[in-house]
Amino acid sequence: MKVWRWLLPPILLAGVIALLFTVSPVRLLNLNAPPLESLQVERTILNTEGITLQVRAAGSEPMQIAQVQIDGAYWAFDQQPPTPISRLSTATLTVPYPWVEGEAHHIRFLTNTGMTFDHIIDVALATPKFSTSTVLAYGWLGLYVGLVPVGLGMLCYPYLKVLGQRGLSFILALTLGMLAFLLIDTLQEGLELARDAAIAFQGQALVWFSAGVACLALIAIGRRQGKSPEGHTLSTYMALGIGLHNFGEGLAIGTAFALGELALGSFLIVGFTLHNLTEGLGIVAPLLKQKLRWIEFVSLAALAGLPAVAGVWIGAFAFSPQWAALFLGLGAGAILQVIIEVGRYLQRKIRQAQQANGSGVSLAGSTTGLAIMYGTALLVKF
Amino acid sequence: MDLNVQRRSLIGAGLLSAGAWLGQRFSQGAIAQEPASGTAPPHTGGMTTIGEINHENNGFDPYALLTEWNTGKVSTLPGGQRLREYDIAAIEREIEVAPGVFYPAWTYNGQVPGPTIRATEGDRIRIRFTNQGEHMHTLHFHGMHGARQDGIPGVLEAAPGQSVTYEFEAKPFGCHLYHCHSMPFKRHLHKGLYGAFIIDPDPSQHPEQAEAAKSRVLGTAENQRWQELLMVMNAFDTNFDEENEVYAINSIPHAFMKKPIRIERDRPVRIYLINVTEFDPINSFHLHANFFDYYDHGTTLTPTSRTIDTVMQCQGQRGILEFSFADFEPGLYMFHPHQAEFVELGWMSAFEVVA
Repeated sequence: MKVWRWLLPPILLAGVIALLFTVSPVRLLNLNAPPLESLQVERTILNTEGITLQVRAAGSEPMQIAQVQIDGAYWAFDQQPPTPISRLSTATLTVPYPWVEGEAHHIRFLTNTGMTFDHIIDVALATPKFSTSTVLAYGWLGLYVGLVPVGLGMLCYPYLKVLGQRGLSFILALTLGMLAFLLIDTLQEGLELARDAAIAFQGQALVWFSAGVACLALIAIGRRQGKSPEGHTLSTYMALGIGLHNFGEGLAIGTAFALGELALGSFLIVGFTLHNLTEGLGIVAPLLKQKLRWIEFVSLAALAGLPAVAGVWIGAFAFSPQWAALFLGLGAGAILQVIIEVGRYLQRKIRQAQQANGSGVSLAGSTTGLAIMYGTALLVKF
Repeated sequence: MDLNVQRRSLIGAGLLSAGAWLGQRFSQGAIAQEPASGTAPPHTGGMTTIGEINHENNGFDPYALLTEWNTGKVSTLPGGQRLREYDIAAIEREIEVAPGVFYPAWTYNGQVPGPTIRATEGDRIRIRFTNQGEHMHTLHFHGMHGARQDGIPGVLEAAPGQSVTYEFEAKPFGCHLYHCHSMPFKRHLHKGLYGAFIIDPDPSQHPEQAEAAKSRVLGTAENQRWQELLMVMNAFDTNFDEENEVYAINSIPHAFMKKPIRIERDRPVRIYLINVTEFDPINSFHLHANFFDYYDHGTTLTPTSRTIDTVMQCQGQRGILEFSFADFEPGLYMFHPHQAEFVELGWMSAFEVVA
């Protein structure tokens, strides 16, 4: 008798599914609506062969690309695999189109139902080939926007070391302002990329969920010994959060640069250096009362700065929007965790020191942090 | 002129094959055009639609439409006037408008363009029109007739399941068209409800130009020399955004590029050209390496434009083109609109001139 209670739900569920497949309510309603179709271009490769596009279908039924138009003209194309593209799978289309460097191209897919899906190549540039020299060049770019500025910022350590109690509070508050900016920036970047992902992946929800889970998980890990992280541990978490943000920044730069949407002049590189310098300051702020060893210094800088290199590489050679959205969500979560922990740390510091006008110093610091980040971002936003 | 040959008129899809048969039997017009082969189209440089259309499943063949003249069921009225009777049905069905692209068309007798009605000036035309669709439809003829035969909303408009009969005299002679005039007007047109209505001149009414008139009359010895072709310039808006995705003559993009129209070099060519393209105000016809005489609306026996190689037609405009490839080098001669946009979206064609 008891066994039935356990067996009933799965048996009923199986029965209902079987019923749905045999007597579908859609068929009972006698609706003859066309299938829902959705198509997303995830990767565009331009080379001497022409244009290669990786598309992902998210239709209610397998989708058939019947014809391809480029710049308002039908072109012969080759699809691999040539079968209809089932939900959430990808296919690669190669069109031997003589694209023109530096100009825009409009691509339109016609499906068997006559629906059209458009994709625009804003600036046609040859896709970087995966070779030692391009990998090195992109890696160099990543070092410039990630590791170099973070390292330079951390080198300001001796300047901060001489600060008094109020100065220290100010720097911690400034770090908080900087982190708040990064949180918003990372979320925005993630949500924007999520729009390029196939609808079925629910990219925007993915950003929020991964941010929430990452934040809670890092808080739980950080406090597993019962107290909030301080000092070196807090710096490590901060470096991790900033590293994930820089990974996202690298992704954006790599993708935009490869797609020709970004002319990364020396002006922009200087901008990134100034912008990310503040991140280095933030990482060392919790360490001002401790001795800092070189090995710690280098590993923190690497944790915060090197992900930019990985980001640039992935952005340039193997970009896919849903993964990028997931990573940026994780980054946002990591930053939020650091904001919470640094905030508590600052609170404790102010309380311990019985500092007068602690709120005023905090407000001044965090506003300065935000202002610096916003001001230097003027140089690098594209 | 012998037009008392027994002719049949069949309803629906039967009309197609009958028309093709009649066309070959009585007009001996252009070389019978066979279905396309699977060979890759030359001279496209990769700019083409890919794949093949199954014309049999589609219910019509753009090659056959070139020479399918439907002369109706012929009899003589008590007064001596010739009567031509036709059956046309509005059928709402899916057609393949580009390889692999299916479009929910509205058709006359299942085909787009609808059957070509061909008569002689002064004939009595009687058309039994049956609406087999789910929307209101009409037949509106470009010709001279009374207000009660106009085929507009409220006048001989057939409700679903209903039949109406149109009757009028065929005039003036020329290259005309018919189409649906139900509302919404634009949708009824661009979904495929249109066809050619060709009235041959009666030579006895044009004694001063009898030779020219005779050459236009289907079935005469003078007419046999000509290679006559029907070309309806049309387009399809497959995603319903009020812009066309596919342009063609006789509906199928690149059909006459994938298999060019065979032309005997030493026989003159006459094209009945009709523009029913929606959304784009004009369409045009440009012939490579040759020039033609043009008869706007086909209502004159002397050309309205001489020795031109490009002609422009607005929506609903039509005309007759006459030219010859005599003494030309055999080979491929392209023709297409001179709007490159339409060329690239399917309206690209060629003649294969054979000695």
